[in-house]
This record gives sequence, C-alpha cells and structure tokens, in this order.
Amino acid sequence: MTARNFKHALFCAVITMVVAYPILGLNLVARGTRVGLEGADTSTLVAIFVAAMVVFSFQLYRDTIMAALGKIPKLPPLAGREPMPQAKRVKMESWVLTGIIVLALFWPFFVSRGSVDLATLVLIYIMLALGLNVVVGLAGLLDLGYVAFYAVGAYTFALLSQYMGISFWMALPLGALFAALFGLVLGFPVLRLRGDYLAIVTLGFGEIIRILLNNWTAVTGGPNGIGGIPEPTLFGMEFGRRVKEEGNTSFHETFGIAYSGEHKVIFLYLIALVLAVITALVIRRLMRMPVGRAWEALREDEIAARSLGLSRTAVKLSAFTIGAFFAGFAGTVFASKQGFISPESFVFLESAIILAIVVLGGMGSQLGVVLAAIAVTILPELAREFSDYRMLVFGAAMVLMMVWRPQGLMPMRRTHIELKRQE
Amino acid sequence: MQDLLYFSQQLINGLTIGSTYALIAIGYTMVYGIIGMINFAHGEIYMIGAYTALIAITGLATLGIAWLPLVLIVALICAMIVSSSMGWAVERVAYRPVRGRHRLIPLISAIGMSIFLQNYVHLAQGSRNVGFPALIDGSFRFGSSEGFQLSLSYMQITIFITTLVCMTALSLFISRSRIGRACRAVSQDLGMANLLGIDTNRIISATFVIGAALAAVAGLLLGMYYGSVDPLFGFIAGLKAFTAAVLGGIGSIPGAMLGGLILGVAESMTSGYLSGEYKDVVAFGLLILILLFKPTGLLGKPEVEKI
Amino acid sequence: MLEVQNLSMRFGGLLAVDQVSLDVQEHEIVSVIGPNGAGKTTVFNCLSGFYKPTGGTIVFKGQEVQGKPDYKISRLGMVRTFQHVRLFNQMSVVENLLVAQHRHLNTNLLSGLIKTPNYREREQKSLDRAAYWLDRVGLLDLANRDAGNLAYGQQRRLEIARCMVTEPKLLMLDEPAAGLNPAETKDLNQLIVSLKEDYHVSVLLIEHDMSLVMDISDRITVINQGRPLAKGTPGEIRQNDDVIKAYLGEA
Repeated sequence: MTARNFKHALFCAVITMVVAYPILGLNLVARGTRVGLEGADTSTLVAIFVAAMVVFSFQLYRDTIMAALGKIPKLPPLAGREPMPQAKRVKMESWVLTGIIVLALFWPFFVSRGSVDLATLVLIYIMLALGLNVVVGLAGLLDLGYVAFYAVGAYTFALLSQYMGISFWMALPLGALFAALFGLVLGFPVLRLRGDYLAIVTLGFGEIIRILLNNWTAVTGGPNGIGGIPEPTLFGMEFGRRVKEEGNTSFHETFGIAYSGEHKVIFLYLIALVLAVITALVIRRLMRMPVGRAWEALREDEIAARSLGLSRTAVKLSAFTIGAFFAGFAGTVFASKQGFISPESFVFLESAIILAIVVLGGMGSQLGVVLAAIAVTILPELAREFSDYRMLVFGAAMVLMMVWRPQGLMPMRRTHIELKRQE
Repeated sequence: MQDLLYFSQQLINGLTIGSTYALIAIGYTMVYGIIGMINFAHGEIYMIGAYTALIAITGLATLGIAWLPLVLIVALICAMIVSSSMGWAVERVAYRPVRGRHRLIPLISAIGMSIFLQNYVHLAQGSRNVGFPALIDGSFRFGSSEGFQLSLSYMQITIFITTLVCMTALSLFISRSRIGRACRAVSQDLGMANLLGIDTNRIISATFVIGAALAAVAGLLLGMYYGSVDPLFGFIAGLKAFTAAVLGGIGSIPGAMLGGLILGVAESMTSGYLSGEYKDVVAFGLLILILLFKPTGLLGKPEVEKI
Repeated sequence: MLEVQNLSMRFGGLLAVDQVSLDVQEHEIVSVIGPNGAGKTTVFNCLSGFYKPTGGTIVFKGQEVQGKPDYKISRLGMVRTFQHVRLFNQMSVVENLLVAQHRHLNTNLLSGLIKTPNYREREQKSLDRAAYWLDRVGLLDLANRDAGNLAYGQQRRLEIARCMVTEPKLLMLDEPAAGLNPAETKDLNQLIVSLKEDYHVSVLLIEHDMSLVMDISDRITVINQGRPLAKGTPGEIRQNDDVIKAYLGEA
C-alpha cells in the first residue's frame, strides 16, 4: 500500500513540476521583433519546487491527513438542521441588513469622494448579483451572458439621452424594461434547453450582443463608445457647476451653498443605494410569492413540477426576465455614473465576476451576496498587489467553493411558509 | 474565374481553421461522451499547449538548434506533455471531486478553472501577445499574376496532414486498443463498466489526457498559423471548438471532425464575403440554432428523458 | 371520460407500447397490470404528456390530448404520481401542496408585491386547502417538516395529497403501494376508495399488489410486452388463461 502511495505521490509531484515549470519558470520576452527566453528568478523556482514537495507529501500521507481532517467537528449540515431556526435566521438577517443600510446612508458624508465613488460601484454590483441570484440561485438557470442585459440597460440610457435627450429618471424604468424585454425575447426560445447547454447559449448571446455593439458604429459609436451621458437630477436641480439643460436649476445655488463636486457623487451613491435596497426588497418578496415557490419547485424536480401543471417555459422565463430587469436597472445607473460607456465594460469576464459574487456569497441569503459583492469589489482596491491576482483568486475560489461548499450556491434557501395550527 | 478562385481561397482557409477546431473539439466531445460535462477549461489547455510549443521553439533557437523537423517534433512533444499533464491535473483537482453532483456544479467549477488558468498564464507570461515565428514559410500559388491569386501555403498543408494523421490515429486507438474499448464501454454505461471491473477513474483520466494532447497539437499548429499567442487565445477558440462538437453531435468523434470543418468554412465565408468582425457572430449564431433545433447535432444520438 | 385508442410508442427500433386501448368512465377505478417491463409506465408517460405517442388517440373529456404539453394535460384535470416518489425534497410538506396550487394562485406579480387583500385571501385559501388534505392523509402534524425527511409511506401519501389539491378529475397512480407495509397498503386501499366515493375522482392505477388491485378495481386492463392482453372485471381477469400464462411465464 505504501509503495503504491509513494509511486502515486511521486507521479503527482512530477506532474506539478511539468505543469508549473515551463509556464512559470521560462518567460518569453520580446527582444525587438524577435522573441527570447529568460529563466525566472530563483524565488519562483524555489516556489515551484516547494509546491511539488507539498503535493508529494500530501499525496504520500493522504490517508492520514484526510482521516485527521475528518475528525475535526464539522458545521451542522444544512439538511439536518431543525426547521425551528428559520424564524430566528430571518429576523437576524433583517436586522443586519437594516443595520448595513442605515450605516450606508450616513457613511458617505464622512469619507472621501473616491470611496463614495467606489461604494456606488459596489452597489451596482450588488444589484447585478441580486438579480443574477434570482436566475442562478433561485431558478437554477446558469446564465453566462448576464452582462448582456446590463449592457442593454446602459446603452438604452446612453442612446436615448444622445438621440432624444431623455433624462436619467425617464431612462431608469425604460432601461430596465427594455432589458427585461430582451430577456423575454432571448429567453423564450432557449429556456427549454438543458442546464449546461443553456449556459453556453447565453454565453453566446452575450458575446453576440457585445460584438454587435462593437461593430454597429453608426449608432453605438463602436469601440469608441458613447460619452456625455447626463447625471441624474434632483427635482430639476443639476449637480454640475453650471446648468446644462434649460429650465433646470443648480443644486448648490438653490440651497445657497458652495459648489462641491462631492454633492454629485454622494447623490448618485444615494440613488444607487435606494435602488439596491428596492432590488433586495422586491426579490425578498418574490421569493415568498407563488412564483418564488415555482422557481424552487422547478429547480428541484422539473418533471414533478410539470406534472402538477407548472409550465416550464413560463416559470423559467419569469426568473430570466426579472433577472434581466434588475440588470437593466444597474446598467442605467452605471451609465450615469461613468458618463461614458463602451463595449469594453460588458465582456464575458464581467459576467464571470458577477457569477463569482453569487457563487461566493450565496450562502443561503441576500446578506451573503451583499458581503461578497463588497469583498470582490473592494479587496482589489485596498491592496494594489492583490488586484493583479484578483481573477486568479476568483477562479480558484470558484473551484474550491464547488468542491467544498456548493450549497453556497445552489439552494439560496427561501423562507418557507409555515402552517400555523388553528386551535 | 476570379470569383471561383476567391471562393476556393475562402474554402481552403475555412478547412484549415476547421480542422484545428476539430482537433480541439475532440477534447470536448470525448469528455462529454463519458461524463456528460462541458470541460470549459479545455480552451485554456489548448492555449497552454501553444505557449509551451512557443517556449520550446524559442529555447531551441537560443541553443542554436534550427533543423526544422527536429524543432517541430520537440515543440510538439513538449506541448503535448505539458498540456496532457495539465488536463490530467485539472480533472483531478477540479472535476473529480464534484463528479456526479448537480449538473451545474462541475460546469461552474470548470469556469473557475478556465479563469484560473487564463490568469495563471497571464501572470507568468504577461498579457501582451507574443510573436510566434513562422517556421513553415512559402506557398503554392495559382492564377494570373494580375488578378486574384489563390494561395495554398505549406503551413496549411501541414495543418491538413497533421490533423488527418491525428484523427486516424485516434480512430484506430479508440477502435483497436484496450483503453479505447474501455472508453467506449464507459461512455455507454459508466456504472456498468465499473461493475465489470473497468477502472473508470483511469479511463476518465485517459480521456482528458488524450483530449489535451490533441489540443496541444492544435495549439502548435494554430500558433504558427496565426503568428502569435496571448492568454486569451484559448477562450474564443475553445468556444468555437465546443460549437463544432455540438454541431457534429456531442459525444461523436466523426461528428467533431465534421462540425469543425463546417464551422471553419462558415466562418471564413463570412470573413470573405461579409466582414471579419462578424465571423464570431456567425459561429455563436450557428451554435444557438443547432442547440435549439437539433440539439443532438448532425451525427449524435438522441437522448430519451428518463422519468 | 378517458378514451385511449390504439396507443403506440416507439423508441428507435423498440416498440414499447403497441396498440393499447383502454377507457375510464366517471366514478370508476381502472387498473393496468402486467409483468415488469410490459410498458405500463410508458403508457402513463404518454397519457400525462411526458412522451409524445407515435400513434393512436387519447381523448379526455371530449378533447384530444395526445401530444399536448404535460402541464396543459395536468391543468385539464389528469394528474399523476410517480413510480419513484417525486417530491420537492427541500421544500416543506405544506409548500409541496402550495406549489401544486400554483395555477389557482397565479395572479399577477404586482398584486403579490404589494399584498392586495385579494392576494392574501387566495394565499389563505390555498393554505386552508393544503391543511385540509394534510389532515385527510394524516400528515398535518408534519406540515412544516422538509418533505425529504418524511418516511417512505408518508411520502407516498403526500404525493397523492399533492395531486388532490389540484382538484383533478382523473388521478393516475403509478404503483402507489410499492414499498409499503401491509398496514400502510390497507390505509392506501381505503384512501383510494374514499377518493372515488367522497371526492368523485376517477382513478387509473398501475399496481403489482394483486390483492389491492383485485379488491378495489372496477375493471382491469392487462398488457404484456407492450400489447393488450385482456380486459375485464377482476373476476374475469382472475379466470383468464392468457393472463395466468403471462404471469407464470414471467415467474
């Protein structure tokens, strides 16, 4: 047995070297027009060797290590938990969420403009992740082209403002509705596909939309994008130094305070906050409604659900459309925040990031998604060195989550309706 | 005559690209046939193959070795070894632990792996694309010197021949060898094969290794054909190859070949007659249409839903 | 009420169901029996719309339903259970029954978002109906448990209750007694009879438990290797030489 273990461990260590050395240890460098090769520095080589040794010893003592790990008391598994804590859990989550919201309301007045701007981005990601969670977490439909609906929202606003001079407040519902319409139209034919095929098809749709945006230069400006997207106004008050639109007044003059660029940033942040809260509340409600139950039923056992008269297409389509709706919401806010959009912002990687947030955060609650969105967006900003490794870490984390804690994703547990005994 | 030459040129270009798609598609189709999952990271395995080949070629050049057949063979072998090891490792680390769980879990794991590998190469080798030396130069030319000239480059011929050799070898391997027979048994019924004493884990590993090795061949060929590689090089190619696999009928090896060729030709015709920008749209559009109207592909077998 | 004529189902080269005809009248329990692999469940899958039959007609309440999508057939009032119980395991028992009433509850999204009185009333009604049926099958005390945690016999009863809240005209039961102990089978026997007597539901039953079949069926259809073998009352079937041969041949 030990001899076999040894052989296997040696094999694994060799594979580690083979996989790591050529790519990490030999770097291609451009020398003029030619390509040259440089060896990596000693620390990389040492790291590769250490990695191989770690793999070797892990595989050699695999049985012992796994046995030792097995002895560590585990968290109680989800299925074994009594139904009792549900009420408690819900209450606790509401408290924490309310706390976060209150904190979030006052916080921007005490920090720098850059932080508020970043926080707005976090809120946009929260909206996106909550919306995608409806599709992936609740309805169990893996949508890899979610960013397309985000793009539809953003471009709707950009184009409407450019060609028809429509304001943010008009564009907000229009962008969301238009994205939802897109979801409806795209979803209708594809939702009868099986899970993994659906994933690929949505990915294809996402790419097609991006390529079209990139090439339909006459309308979308192609890779150059669209600029000059207006900022939101507050009851006709603009936040710029000078009033751009006739009939509007300016915020700082109305209130007789000095102009500050921060007003605009904070205002946008507050809008995003309100929208994110609305998104969360609406989705919470939906989860407890019949449609939320239908999503879960279809995810759990499609055949049984169909046998009870649930239309597979209608139920899935509702999730898909609602998810798209919130992506459109987020897209409109994003366009307004940036003032400029281009297809660059809507690549597959963006879909993958949103999916990563859902996967990492969906620990059975919206709270998880919110925390994950914060972590995923802010960590790379906090540690500059980390930002290079961000996607590497995301990828690894997605794999690890699937291996160790897939529940994190799959059952975003709805609050169950309870039957109260009528005495 | 001019039109015909132009058309033939597009056809040749399409078949060239198509045959490399077919090589990559084998990896998707074999894995899907056996464990029913989409190996989303396969495109990255192919990209790593291309990088390894380039590293080997550059290394040999630094050592002053320039005899072409030797350079190509060494590059090919290095690429195949590294890619196969990567394929094996990926299966062990990211797929085996989640095998048999809900369908979406292996897929998400695979997407994570794909992102990881992309950034692994990105961090190690930089994000810029690196030039791939044109080792096989020159071409046959047909047609008058004033008008459009049809060219069939030696590189294209190399690609055809290599693909043909690989496909023949694979078919023989699958139909004749012991591992090949076991592969077929496992893809028919994994549980049964297990009961009959086939080490299914080994067969699944073998599938990943074979797929990765063929992807490495494609990596070397396409690297030379396009003249450069970058870390995102595998993503789109992987999607295209997956499309080819679905088009031909996922799970079917002749299907992958057929699908690859059709897709390659469709793309190059779009480039030739419409615009190069839209060739990806055509590829994805084709994928969507096939999945909607004939999800079993051209040569695939229908699946009956079990109730 | 249900009229099936010359139903055929072919999978590639295999003719799983060949020219099967059967009918169910109002207020009647009809059983389909036959050796394992005779094609009984395939008949069910065709009737409930999971398979598109390759031949024959299915008329339910004067309407041709062959080839209609499954959920539409279910909404017409033909609802089935499954040979291997299919509950929504992660959902609670009562929620399993609420999902089944989805079609009655399916109001527009807005009224649910703002909780209109009408919406509350419907939600309450469906909860009441669920409670009624849980009481009827003796699961009321377990209403808030996860369905997956129930014992096997309880799961079987929940599946039947889940069909009943959809208010079907015809209930199709696929081996409801499989895996039950004698006492549970007896309860099931009484439940099925009561569904017919008290709730005016017709029942189409696939079952291997012969004593149950002979006891409650008004009429029986026997199929063997996809083909109809015999039809008649339990008394007639018991005497039928072909049937005896088919069953003995299997043993």
